[in-house]
Parts: sequence; structure tokens; C-alpha cells
Amino acid sequence: MFAKYDVIVVGAGHAGCEAAAAAASMGSKVLLATMNMGTIAQMSCNPAIGGVAKGQIVREIDALGGLTGIVTDKTMIQFRMLNLSKGPAMWSPRAQSDRMRFAEEWRLLLEKNKNVDFWQEMITSLLVKEKRVVGVITALGLEIKGSAVILTNGTFLNGLIHIGEKNFGGGRTGERSSKGITEQLEDLGFISGRMKTGTPPRVDGRSINYKKMEEQAGDSVPGCFSFLTRGLLKKQKSCHITYTNKKTHSLLKDGFKKSPMFNGRIRGVGPRYCPSIEDKISRFSERNRHQIFVEPEGWNTIEVYVNGFSTSLPEGVQLKALRSIDGFESVKMFRPGYAIEYDYFPPTQLKHTLETKPIKNLYFAGQINGTTGYEEAACQGLVSGINAHNKINQKKDFVLSRSEAYIGVLIDDLINKGTEEPYRMFTSRAEHRILLRQDNADLRLTKKGVLVGLANKKRLCLVEEKINKINKIDDFLKTTKVVPKKINKYLTRVGSAKISEKKSLESLLKRPNVRLLDLIKKTTTPLGINLSKDKLIIEQTEINHKYKSYIKKEQELVDKMSRLDESKIDPNFNYKKIPSLSAEGKEKLQKIKPISIGQASRISGVTPSDISVLIVYMKK
Amino acid sequence: MNTSINNDTIIAPSTPYGLSAVSLIRLSGKKSISLTNKIFLNKDLNKVKSHTIHFGTIKYKNNIIDEVLVSIFKSPRSYTKENVVEISCHGSPYIINKIISIFIKLGVRIANKGEFTLRSFLNGNMDLSQAEAVADLISSNSKNSHKIALNQIRGNFSKKIQELRNELIDFSSLIELELDFSEEDVEFANRNKLSNTVNKILEYSKYLINSYDATNVLKNGIEVVITGKPNVGKSTILNALINEEKAIVSSIPGTTRDLIEDTITIGGNIVRFVDTAGIRKATNKIEKIGVNKAIEKARNASIVIYIFDLFNESLESIKNQINSKILKNKNVILIGNKSDLKINTSIINFFKKNNIIIISGKNFKDIKSLINTINLNINKNIIRDESSISINQRHYESLSKVNNAMENVKKNLKEKSNTDLIALDIKYSLSYLGEITGEITNDDILSNIFSKFCIGK
Repeated sequence: MFAKYDVIVVGAGHAGCEAAAAAASMGSKVLLATMNMGTIAQMSCNPAIGGVAKGQIVREIDALGGLTGIVTDKTMIQFRMLNLSKGPAMWSPRAQSDRMRFAEEWRLLLEKNKNVDFWQEMITSLLVKEKRVVGVITALGLEIKGSAVILTNGTFLNGLIHIGEKNFGGGRTGERSSKGITEQLEDLGFISGRMKTGTPPRVDGRSINYKKMEEQAGDSVPGCFSFLTRGLLKKQKSCHITYTNKKTHSLLKDGFKKSPMFNGRIRGVGPRYCPSIEDKISRFSERNRHQIFVEPEGWNTIEVYVNGFSTSLPEGVQLKALRSIDGFESVKMFRPGYAIEYDYFPPTQLKHTLETKPIKNLYFAGQINGTTGYEEAACQGLVSGINAHNKINQKKDFVLSRSEAYIGVLIDDLINKGTEEPYRMFTSRAEHRILLRQDNADLRLTKKGVLVGLANKKRLCLVEEKINKINKIDDFLKTTKVVPKKINKYLTRVGSAKISEKKSLESLLKRPNVRLLDLIKKTTTPLGINLSKDKLIIEQTEINHKYKSYIKKEQELVDKMSRLDESKIDPNFNYKKIPSLSAEGKEKLQKIKPISIGQASRISGVTPSDISVLIVYMKK
Repeated sequence: MNTSINNDTIIAPSTPYGLSAVSLIRLSGKKSISLTNKIFLNKDLNKVKSHTIHFGTIKYKNNIIDEVLVSIFKSPRSYTKENVVEISCHGSPYIINKIISIFIKLGVRIANKGEFTLRSFLNGNMDLSQAEAVADLISSNSKNSHKIALNQIRGNFSKKIQELRNELIDFSSLIELELDFSEEDVEFANRNKLSNTVNKILEYSKYLINSYDATNVLKNGIEVVITGKPNVGKSTILNALINEEKAIVSSIPGTTRDLIEDTITIGGNIVRFVDTAGIRKATNKIEKIGVNKAIEKARNASIVIYIFDLFNESLESIKNQINSKILKNKNVILIGNKSDLKINTSIINFFKKNNIIIISGKNFKDIKSLINTINLNINKNIIRDESSISINQRHYESLSKVNNAMENVKKNLKEKSNTDLIALDIKYSLSYLGEITGEITNDDILSNIFSKFCIGK
């Protein structure tokens, strides 16, 4: 009934969509299998893309040729650049999305790709021959052959939804859970675990009193995610902020004994960084109010998302508590918040390419690996799609290092450290975050995307043009010297010290208050730079100059670490032979089998003195 | 890759070659006790308790080699945490070699440079700075640097660094929280408290850096420059000083013949006269060096000995030299020379009034009193306190880097918008502090350290 596919993607969430799009664009024949075609690229939780560290990931996906950035730009209703006051290394783009339009746009893009076929059904098991995956089997018993399979089941594997004391199977509210795959994988030698996550109620925007809340508007000059996007968001919708209060807390507390989180009915570890409102009240009981963000789910719809109120308390308790919050006095719910438990597979069972270690050509991407967040899932989908295609065509593995991309940090963390709770990206996870900025994702990654066959020529042209202009500005700064007469008035105006002799513009730019835009305006030499069109290029050049010494130092550290990464270890090395290793280090090294000293140093449980011991051993 | 490192039993003499009454040979490794037992009569060493000494005879193939004392240290209670045997034998090179070659025939291997201490470090018996201190202890050949190296072994230094590091880690976490959760209602890192911690670290690292300048000289020798106008008698005095105090036959690595010859000990401290080649040869060219140039050569010296020719110089000229800016800010010992000749009374009175010593380089007693003066100067100006912490070149470099990073944090705390840079400089400081105790090692550090050891330790 089916042709043989190159790549079969199971699950059409954020990871599945990127995986399918990537492999198909590179030339593979892809089958995207989903239990419900109506929920392709569904945003299960927050109707927003980006945020601190996550925005950087989306830009990286885009620079490589992935689609999340493009879809977001087309369907966003508000844009804010976060952390503007914290320095350029921390700037993070974030967008509120129109949930329905986002899903529709993704589906349309996939439908336009000739290499993508669709099949709506539950996949219940894998076809495995001699430790290699050769296809999948559906609930109807149909066999579909494929050279590689990517599992992106999200929260659907044996998903169990909890609302108060009620629970029922489900991968997402209103959708069935998927069964069969976990059990088969366990038989094949995989270890699985259980995770939980929660989501807040959705409410009727017509029943909210916005006058009692603070408005949070988008940026006056909104940015965007994709490097290809031209034209900025013209209209934006605002979010609103309100707070819980003591009454809210006591009403919620009354329901605790009925909360599955508190009475132990839920197995699985929840995310520390995205706690439910029950968590917040019990762990931070000294606080008498918690912030609630009221986010519209779309441009036209009345549905509203209550960010900060993730809960699995009984629906009656939820409603009462909501109604005690300013602005929510007459609120009506569309659906209550709930908690969901689901199977995941500790990602230490994966290689850098996201291929599983026990079974060849089988890839895992997304929440199935224990991550949380659309962006974290999408980038894994992208990487697994590229690698599945490459493996089938005997091309090189596609691996990004920790110093090249947040994506590299994420995957390296997952396969070396594993994760006990849902893994979410933070800038502090990236030791080289000053090199991994949202403004330079294209300079870092587009060439790689082109080499691997995913990023198109247009992106490359844009990058080359960008580099040209940056070099022009750099030259201009280096060679142009300015006399005190011409610049001191400006310097005093911006609060910088006067100069007494001729200085190059480059040295002046190092001062904190001096702006590159101002310096360019003062020159008469034609640079070929358009002050408004090339605003971003000017910004990026400025960052490079002001952060020069830090960037240089980080680059040196990167070089040092890459030397450790080049000290290769035989993956079959017997660590039991070295008595001077710590017990946990020995166990982890034996389990994960790192291929370099650098990788060994990042495995959790391996101490620095273990690394010293290894280095000395390798030298001898 | 040689993986036999831990299975090998190693051996080396622990005392230097040369005639002496007793010599010590040491073995470490799983088989050290059992192999020693093979050639030891009188007792079954496999059955004795740890930390015991046994008197007996070493015999191999019907030949009695020597009567020895054997000390047994059972793993893990030994220097290397492995089984260790120390054999005290008679100090003849022949006997030492014979015993070692017998063990080699039994399958033992001669230890590599520093291998005993390397095993101690690898087996977790000491951290990196303690291991380094062992090297320093062995090569310390003055009373004070010995004391300082002991202090370092006891780990006082590592502990304080660790405390500071922990404080900084707390801040690092708070700042990261601020950066990653800026959208939420979170506590911001208290900038004042951070400022305090930064100042504490700056203070301590400056203290250690200063002590480096002080104690380093104690380990490598206090540098003394003898200078003054041409023909004041520098060479006479220098030669007298050196002949009076015999130079130590030292094996300070990297020193040239020149420097060894010009090294003496005064009051338990090594004193090195620098840039003396010119003086000793006493060529006219060197004598023509002006005062400025001479003082420039004294830039790195801890003590400058400035000599006046009381017979040939005028009081005016002497006063000018004393008042010149160049002699200020230096640790100077002023000396009036040529008292054996007839000196102007006004000059004598001036020198007496200002407590400047007058000597004759040709007088034995005068040279002795000069040595005392130098000793007093060392004790007053150079050795700061008894419990001086010792840091070495590596620590000095790491601490200088910590200093720079912390100064950057201070600067950035003033600018409100540089939180990401503050986080970065804190991260660097943590890394440099960790370098000192070996918590963050890279192979450069390791290979440097262990190559400094000589065999037997």
C-alpha cells in the first residue's frame, strides 16, 4: 500500500515538522505520520515563540534553513526583544503568536513540499531487523517501510492527563495518547522514564476586565526572527499583567489535598523552571502575590491564555481561584488547566546526531528526550532530520559544537548529562554565550546550512552582503581619524571625556556612551550603508567593537576546549582499569563512552580530578 | 597508550648519590611488599603490620647484600596510597645500585621523574598546589623558604582560595538568575554585597601577589645590586663578601654559573648578587656607567648597596647623590668606603650623624659588620611575617588574572547595562581561582608541574 520512504517522522509537533521539512528539502522522501492532521504544529501550551535563550535557538534554526522562524514572523501578533537593558549577549527575541494561524501556516508550508507525504493514524510499533529500524507499523496493522525513522511523539507516549482527582489517557487535552511504542523500545533495550508538565486554563477574553490590569505592549519598532523576513509587523496586540493575592492562595490551598501533584498520584518529575501555581504557593509561601500574564491566543479569537497559572487542581477550585484575581472576577473558562505525565527516554542513550545507540537509523527528537519547549523540540527535529538524510546517503554527521550554537549546547548537555527534569534552555547553560548572540546566528551557521544542503542561496547572499558591509564599516573606523575640534562637542554631549589629540574612530567606539550610528552620521565619506535599512548591520558591528576583548578571550577559551575535544579517547576504553577515578565518574564514563577528553569533561558525575587523571593516562 | 602505570611497581633512591652513612631506597606499587619479602631474610614481610620497621638481611642468589632496616606502609596509608616499602641501607653507591638492580630483575621498574608524587596526586592524596609544594620543599635550600613550603603543603592556602571561590559562586548563581529570568519577579543580585565580595577578593589576591614578590625572593634568592660611581671600590667589597660566606653548592634549576658563584647565604637566606660580571671584571667600560644607568640595573633588585668613595668624593657630590630621586623608593643600604685612607672630618661627621656605615673593603671586621647590616635589612624589609604564604609563578599568574577580572567587574558595576559582562568576568575569576587548586586543570598545567620533579620523589 505504501512506497518505501527514506525517512518516516512519527508525530507532527514542532520537532516532527522541522524534521520532515529538513529531510524533505534535502531530497529525502518523507512520510509524516500523525494521529490527527488537524493538530499539525499545535502549540500545546503558551501561544508564544522565543524568549530568553529560546529566541536565540529560533534564530539559529532559521540561519540553518529551518522554518520555525519564518512561520512565526508570518503569524505573530506581538514582538518584544527581551533583556534590552542587560547587554547584547542577552538580547532575546520573543513573539506572541496566533495559535491557529501558526499551525495553519506550518501545515501549508509542509503541503507545498513535494517530498512530504502524510498519513493520519497512530503508530504503535517499529519494524526492527538486526538492530536496525526498517519501518513502522500502524494501529490498523499496516506496515510502512522506511530507511530511517524519527520519533517525535512529544507528550503522547502513554500520556495521562490529570485534573484534580480525575485522570484519563490523553496526549493533550481532547486527544488520545499513543500506546505500544514505549513497551517495544523497552524490549529492545531502551530505558524509559516518566516526566510531567502542566498547562494553565484557557479563558474567555470577553469575560475579562482589562481595565484592572497593566498593559504590556509590543516593541515600538518590532523586530523579527527570520533573516529572510522583510517588512516589519505593522499592528500589534498587547498582553496584560495582573497578580494573584492572598485570597487566591488560600482558595488554591484548600484544593491541595485533591491535587494529584500533592497526593502523589502523579509519577514523574516536573520542571523546576515552569512550576505549577501549586508549586509556587507552597515553595514560595512568603510571597503574597505571583505574576500572571494574560496572553491573547490570536488576532481575532477571544480565547486567552493565563500564563503563570499552570495547575492540575480540580476545575472547580481553578475557577474559584481565578475569580479572586483582579480583572478575572467574572471570568469564564474554556477549558481547565491540567497536568500530563508521559514517557520519555533518557537522552544519554543517544549519539550526537540524535541517533539512538541501541538501534541504528532510529532517531529521537523533542519532548521524548526530556526537553520542554517548542524551540528546544524544533531544533532537535532539525538536527535529526538532517542527520537521518545524511546517514541514508552516507554523508557526514551534522554536529554543532557548544561554541557554535545553543543547539550544540542543548544536544551536548542532553547526551552527556542526561536530564532528571524537563530540560529548558537558559543562557547560563552556554559557557560561550557572548559568542552565541541572536544577532550573529546567520554569520555562525548559514554557511553550514548551505554546505549541508538546507539553507538556500538567498540566505548565503544576504550573509555575504552583511559581511561585506561589516568589513567596510570596520575599515572606515580603523582608518578614519578625527581631530578634537570635530568630535569633542559630541563627546561632551554623550557624557564622554574630551580628546586632546587625533584619535581613530575605532578607539572612540570602545567608549560606552559613543554610538556607531552617530559616528557614521558625522562622516562625509560615502560608505554604501543605508542608515535605516542597514540598521541591524550597524548594530552588529557596534557590538563586535564594544565587546572585542571579551569576544577575543572567549574565542581563546573555545580554542583551548577544542584541543581537549581533539584529544580522542578510544570509545571502547575500559575505565575499570583506572582505580583512581571516582566511583560515579567511572560508572558514567563506562556508560556514555565519550570519544574525547572534552566530551568526558562534560559528563555529569565526572569530576575535574577525574579529568586530570584521564589526561595523565592519555599522555602516558 | 601505556596503561601499565598502575600495575607497575616502581623503585628509586630517595637520597642523593654520594658517600653517606645511610641511604634510603623506596618502592611503591601493589607488589612492593611481596617482592621485598622475596629477598628479605628473618621475617615474612607479608604478615607484618603497616607502619612497622624491621631489621634484617637482604640476600639474593646466595649472596648477602647488606643488613638493612625495612619500613612497611600498607595501602592506603602511605604517601602514594599504594603499598610502600622504604629500605634503609648502608650508603655506598655500590650497595644502592646492587639492591636496585636486584629489584629490577624481579620485575620492578625505575620510577620516572616525580612519579611517586604523581601517584600520590592521582590517588587523591593531595591536590595540585600541595604536590607543587613538595617540589618546592625539596628544592628549598634556605630555612625560610623551607618553612613556607611546609605551610603550603598543609593546605592553608588552598582553603582560603576555596572560601573566596564559594562566595563568588553564590553571586554567579544570582546574576545568572537575574539574566535568565528577567521577565519574572525574581530577586536581583545585591550589587552592594557583590561589591564587597569583589573587594575582598581583590585584597586577598593583592596580598598574595605581594607575598610572591617577597617570598619568591626567599626561594630563589634575594637579589642585591652593588652600585655607585666608578672606582668607589665595588669589586673589592663584592669579592670580600663572597669569600667570607661560602657559596652553597646548590642545584637551583636554571641558574647560570655566574649566579651560583655570586650566591651566598646570610642569616639563613639566599642572597644573590646580580649583574656582577661587570663589577668583577672591573673593566673601564663598566666603570664608566653613570649613576642613572646603574640604578636602572637595580630595578628588580630587592636591595641596592650604594657605595661612596669617601676619599675621592666631595660632601656636596655625596649629598646630591643621596637626595637624587633615583635613590628614593628603593631599599638602599648606603655605604661609605675607603675608611682606611685619610677622610675629611666633615664627611665623617655627616655619615655619623645620618647613621650611614663607614667601612674599608679591605678590613675583615668591616665586611662582617656589613653582612650584619644586610641581614638586618632583610629581616626588616623583606620577610614580612612568619607565616608567609608561598605562591609560585603559576599561582602568581592565575592571581594576576583574577585581579584583572575583578577590576573589570568593579568597573562594570558602575555601568548599569553591563550585567552580561559582569557575569562573564565572574566566570573567568572562578576559573582562574580553580586553576590554583587544580580543580580546573588542563594538560599544560599538569605537564609543567610534574616535570619539575627529580627522581626519587
